[in-house]
Amino acid sequence: MATPVLDKAEAEAKAASPYITATFRIRRFNPEISDEVTWEDFQVEIDPKERVLDALHKIKWDLDGSLTFRRSCAHGICGSDAMRINGKNRLACKTLIKDINPEKPITIEAIKGLTVLKDLVVDMEPFFQAYRDVMPFLVTEGNEPTRERLQSPEDRERFDDTTKCILCAACTSSCPVFWNDGQYFGPAAIVNAHRFIFDSRDEAGEQRLEILNDRDGVWRCRTTFNCTDACPRGIEVTKAIQEVKRALITRRF
Amino acid sequence: MKFHKYDTVIVGAGGAGMRAAIEATKRSRTAVLTKLYPTRSHTGAAQGGMAAALANVEEDNWEWHTFDTIKGGDYLVDQDAAEILAKEAIDAVLDLEKMGLPFGRTEAGKIDQRRFGGHSRNHGEAPVRRACYSGDRTGHMILQTLYQNCIKEGVEFFNEFYVLDQLIVEEDGVKKSAGVVAYELATGEIHVFQAKSVIYASGGTGKFFKVTSNAHTLTGDGQAACYRRGLPLEDMEFFQFHPTGIWRMGILLTEGARGEGGILRNKDGERFMEKYAPVMKDLASRDVVSRSIYTEIREGRGCGPEGDHVFLDLTHLPPEQLDAKLPDITEFARTYLGIEPYTDPIPIQPTAHYAMGGIPTNVEGEVLADNTTVVPGLYAAGEVACVSVHGANRLGTNSLLDINVFGRRSGIAAAEYAHKAEFVELPENPAELVEEQVERLRNSTGTERVAELRKELQETMDANVMVFRTEQTIKTAVEKIGELRERYKNVSVQDKGKRFNTDLLEAIELGNLLDLAEVMAVSALARKESRGGHYREDFPNRDDVNFMRHTMAYREVTGEGESAKDSIRLDYKPVVQTRYQPMERKY
Repeated sequence: MATPVLDKAEAEAKAASPYITATFRIRRFNPEISDEVTWEDFQVEIDPKERVLDALHKIKWDLDGSLTFRRSCAHGICGSDAMRINGKNRLACKTLIKDINPEKPITIEAIKGLTVLKDLVVDMEPFFQAYRDVMPFLVTEGNEPTRERLQSPEDRERFDDTTKCILCAACTSSCPVFWNDGQYFGPAAIVNAHRFIFDSRDEAGEQRLEILNDRDGVWRCRTTFNCTDACPRGIEVTKAIQEVKRALITRRF
Repeated sequence: MKFHKYDTVIVGAGGAGMRAAIEATKRSRTAVLTKLYPTRSHTGAAQGGMAAALANVEEDNWEWHTFDTIKGGDYLVDQDAAEILAKEAIDAVLDLEKMGLPFGRTEAGKIDQRRFGGHSRNHGEAPVRRACYSGDRTGHMILQTLYQNCIKEGVEFFNEFYVLDQLIVEEDGVKKSAGVVAYELATGEIHVFQAKSVIYASGGTGKFFKVTSNAHTLTGDGQAACYRRGLPLEDMEFFQFHPTGIWRMGILLTEGARGEGGILRNKDGERFMEKYAPVMKDLASRDVVSRSIYTEIREGRGCGPEGDHVFLDLTHLPPEQLDAKLPDITEFARTYLGIEPYTDPIPIQPTAHYAMGGIPTNVEGEVLADNTTVVPGLYAAGEVACVSVHGANRLGTNSLLDINVFGRRSGIAAAEYAHKAEFVELPENPAELVEEQVERLRNSTGTERVAELRKELQETMDANVMVFRTEQTIKTAVEKIGELRERYKNVSVQDKGKRFNTDLLEAIELGNLLDLAEVMAVSALARKESRGGHYREDFPNRDDVNFMRHTMAYREVTGEGESAKDSIRLDYKPVVQTRYQPMERKY
């Protein structure tokens, strides 16, 4: 029996086509329909250079409109689409298919430690509450200057890393302490406290340190570095938490 | 249905909405309704800077800034508004600094400033350092700082509430705002908010294009809600195409990259902007640079196997400078293109970026029902609005400025209005229209799919009403949009539930995009001249005799019920000129 062969044009087209078929195994949950969690597989034709978010859109737009997730900017700035991809917290819009081994099924589920409301959507309210609790705003005393407050480039650089936070919750929801105890402030809130504690213009550092000296504060951190690995903005989260701990001991910041 | 009553309701929680909220909350009982969590808003994607003539690093003054804004807008700018923008810019930046914004600093500790497109010393002599910045994440810092100050002021947010209708009531022959109707994403419940004043700050409408820097959620919801209730939209034909979007993806790479010394090159490595703008070169205004890029591509000097892009070259800049000043955009190039900007040029193409047009307002943010009549209680600020400070083409860094200056102004004006005004009585069944719309979409058994219609819309917009337009291409688009609007009546969604039904929301958003795309195309067809972002190959010159005027587009409905038909009526509004006579625009 002759071996079936592609004709030349077809073979060339195939060689030139960047598309592959990848399987996305997604954790589904919709309490409006059932209290059961299910895993559902979707086959998607996709260019491996595309984002996981592109794959989710293909599924939602072409296969199953009920698949639910948050997203907006699609390039890693707005922080809407943190999810657990192959067991690691990432932004779907900043993760390319080729980087997560599309040969095998790619698993996607909601971030952990926050209540799942539907599919990949979680209740962000406890996360934002922890953020609000650390006084995430500049506090100053005395009269305001007519022009800007002066700050040297070095003083500005001191807290630059923690200004990058987009509040996506990838760090907090990767933290084993947070999974076990939702009362823990979590890395993101501490990062945002750090951003003000180490800002030379701010005068409420002591107050924030006292807030974080609480039993649910920085001392709960077990330095597992999950948060640093998870941060899509490359913030050295664990280092920031260590700096806050050190400031609590030395009262110098 | 749930009912709420507030003095002031703000729709949208990006820069303009939150700047307004900080002022309004101090003065009146205020609610902010936002379809996204505030920190997800697209202000956060703005990169390069916010213009203000602080003169921290070299001589500058707000009058030069005013002139640049007017010239940048190809003289379609209302000059009284541009003056306010440039003059109040200085306090707007200083206010943000006092709120905690971590600006980049000079050695002396002042706010540092960089060059940006179209901003010049002494009326076009040479580029000037006017953009206040924070790395290449100035928008992120503004959004975060404003949100932080909203927390400080105790601003009340309704997150993931989607405003679908603007309630307009006629009292004694005057159209007044009575409130808004919103859809709660988490539950599918409909909420009526009665308010003395309403401020729209819901952002742009870039998602009717395919290659765009805009977020998926920028679907012109505020513009559409007002337009459907008979209010005009101004200058919708003017849309900005930012020169440097990542090739095919459209992700924004800041003009600050050229401000820091980046150069655009064609396939021969030529710095082609020298030909088109001998003085400002790569820092000419965005409309000029985008047309130049497409001219290079059309004349066969584009890069790549298909010759469909050009390069943004940063390789001559020291890596330390890229790391310090442009960390995010260099990371985008690495993440999405696998390119190292230290050593390789970045493939770029123009990307649909910003709507100059929108809901017409005066300088206090009050919305206009026609050329002169204010709608009492209704305000708009930011990209959703048209003051008009951007005219036919916005200068880079003037949008982060716009949201702060006019967000603040409208927040104050709306709250003060609420003090002296009474509540307008709500119409009977205020939620009727929204309930009908939602139920129809949820229960439809139609055969059309949202994603397919949206794709066809985006393709026709990219092909026909982008950087270069002709009567024929625009007519093709108008016809196609008409067809899509017909097919939209037969659209259905798969998710029939109430909980987080984003399938349904995308269908509603598509309806908004279709309406606004049609307004844009019809406005563009009638403007038989080239000005700023609107370039007609069949009318390549600016025509001040016939078109030195703003377009005002109105929706008109004839017939009732099933046989109702809508059409667009165009009218025009004079441009406010104070000090600057129109001149030929050269960079």
